[in-house]
Amino acid sequence: MAKRSSPEVNAGSMADIAFLLLIFFLVTTTIETDSGISRKLPPIEESDEDVIIKKKNIFTVLLNNKDQLLVEDNLMELGELREAAIKFLDNGGGSGEDKCSYCKGASDPKSSDNPDKAIISLKNERETTYATYISVQNELVAAYTHLRNIRAEELFGTSYSEMQKNYKDVNWPGSKAKLKENITQIKLEYPQKLSEVQ
Amino acid sequence: MSKFNKKKKGELPAVNTASLPDIVFMLLFFFMVATVMRDNELKIKNELPAANQVEKLDKKDLVMYIYLGKPNDGFKDQFGEEARIQLNDKFAEVSDVPAFIYAERETKREELRPFLTTALKVDKDASMGIVGDVKQELRKVNALKINYTTRIGDVSLNSN
Repeated sequence: MAKRSSPEVNAGSMADIAFLLLIFFLVTTTIETDSGISRKLPPIEESDEDVIIKKKNIFTVLLNNKDQLLVEDNLMELGELREAAIKFLDNGGGSGEDKCSYCKGASDPKSSDNPDKAIISLKNERETTYATYISVQNELVAAYTHLRNIRAEELFGTSYSEMQKNYKDVNWPGSKAKLKENITQIKLEYPQKLSEVQ
Repeated sequence: MSKFNKKKKGELPAVNTASLPDIVFMLLFFFMVATVMRDNELKIKNELPAANQVEKLDKKDLVMYIYLGKPNDGFKDQFGEEARIQLNDKFAEVSDVPAFIYAERETKREELRPFLTTALKVDKDASMGIVGDVKQELRKVNALKINYTTRIGDVSLNSN
């Protein structure tokens, strides 16, 4: 039997398919951006006058060369650090003008006066591993974020993380100026006072 | 009867290649869009630690990268086993950091210089000693905005 020739496939729409795919990938791919924990280093010039900080307003976190964690002179596991930091920051033990009206802590007079005064001091040794250091930083930032979330929920009905996400979102319908004001207010009520001592 | 023998026996129709350019262009565009330009070839081990309280580093042109980690196998004889600094594509000493920052600042427009951030890409096994030294150098040249670049993940991934 004579072999019949097959009809040619119409390739005219191939370009359309190609463009469709191209546009699909164009829209869906995101170029990877780096992310990390942002910090601000203290300026080097020492001011002449010493700032007097009450000992009870400082929360010392020490990391030794064996990656062990010493918090306020007690040995602690990494998992408990966040809770301890929250307890310290939200204590609100001050009275008079140091009184903290929005704190929900135990108001222990031996712990911090208010979140504005409370300072977390993180010390490390040269042999501390970087991974552990970052874990500790992460837990401390998490403590601040937790408190800010609760406060934002109380004041504005959304969490702080949500507010920040909305602020970055170009399609968010609300007023950006108002949102920025609200974010600043939360940041003022729970300022991130984290000092990294050399 | 000749009109029934249109083609010779066994001859295959040619494959249409008209759409080949489209496919090639599609691939080209896709890779053009999706590729991250890697301007530094890493000569050190650089496995970042994990954290979940992270902020995105937008505006890539305003970021200076400092890499720290143990030298890769090929460089161990020359540079030893201890964590080292890599700036651009060379190994560097702690004392080279200020010069690097000044050089980077020079390349940016003046009004953008206050917004420059230094991203510290440090291997998770590095010790804090060298990180502290670099931080101290950064303070000296007033490059105070830093970012510890991390992977996104739970901190439990850091302990091994």
